[in-house]
Amino acid sequence: MPTHDEIYQKVQATLVDALGVDEEDVTKDATLQGDLGAESIDFLDIVFRLERNFGIKIPRGELFPENVVTDPDMIKDGKLTAKGLDELKARMPYADLGEFAANPDVERIGDLYTVDMLVQYVSSKLAA
Amino acid sequence: MRWIWIDKFLEFRSGKFARAIKNLTLAEEHLHDHYPGYPVMPASLIIEGLAQTGGILVGEAGGFVEKVVLAKIPRAEFFGVACAGDQLVYEVTLTDLRAEGAVVEAKAFLEGELLADVEIFFAHLDNSRANQIFGPKNFVFTQQLLGVLDLAKAQSRAKEAEALAVSSTSPAPVNGQSHEAPPS
Repeated sequence: MPTHDEIYQKVQATLVDALGVDEEDVTKDATLQGDLGAESIDFLDIVFRLERNFGIKIPRGELFPENVVTDPDMIKDGKLTAKGLDELKARMPYADLGEFAANPDVERIGDLYTVDMLVQYVSSKLAA
Repeated sequence: MRWIWIDKFLEFRSGKFARAIKNLTLAEEHLHDHYPGYPVMPASLIIEGLAQTGGILVGEAGGFVEKVVLAKIPRAEFFGVACAGDQLVYEVTLTDLRAEGAVVEAKAFLEGELLADVEIFFAHLDNSRANQIFGPKNFVFTQQLLGVLDLAKAQSRAKEAEALAVSSTSPAPVNGQSHEAPPS
């Protein structure tokens, strides 16, 4: 089982290849879309590369869930309700929702996809 | 002009590998513009040929049920140029295939030397969504392009029939280059 740092370095290399970014930009708290410029099609590319580089299987929607918030009860005034936050926690157990929960604006959901989230996800897969 | 950037399949192993050729001729308009007096195949069209070879490989692996589009080219390296009169050989290996899309490693060779090394990423589009956003002309494989694969199948069947006819009349081995048969 590789160390946390080893996983981070490999995730870093994965994102350098997938997104064509510089290694120094791939910090742990960098967001995939906002900071690293990932577009929707890049998410699938990242999934392919993580599978190949770590020898893991990533079922569809497990790392990057689709249609997380579909129920109208989960959103009010552009923000997630308590029910919406619970759903998000359940669907994205590897994301750090601490700061997001204080201002659960739906527009900020994309910011939950960080480099560290990928590291946490891969760590859990390798430990399983 | 037809948007077909491969001339013929030499080999087609379902879900694994495809080899196709592209002959460059001065009858192609683009060579006169790229560049005047120095006709070389544009790198983007070499990538297109590799993507057509790979797109058919990916599409065929799913029985052409999925609509396949070229989604991304994460890496493309070129080591030379191809001129009028040259024949490019495209070799494409399917490295990843899943419900959402596929990745291929694609290489172009000129006289046995590596000319281009490209990674191509294809996405599978949901049928209903695809119909709204893309017309059939946007797809990696059109009916015209699929005709190249059909032709290879027909040629392969003809060769098999010929080999069978020769072997039934003579015990001598059949001469000539052997190609692995495309799926029938």
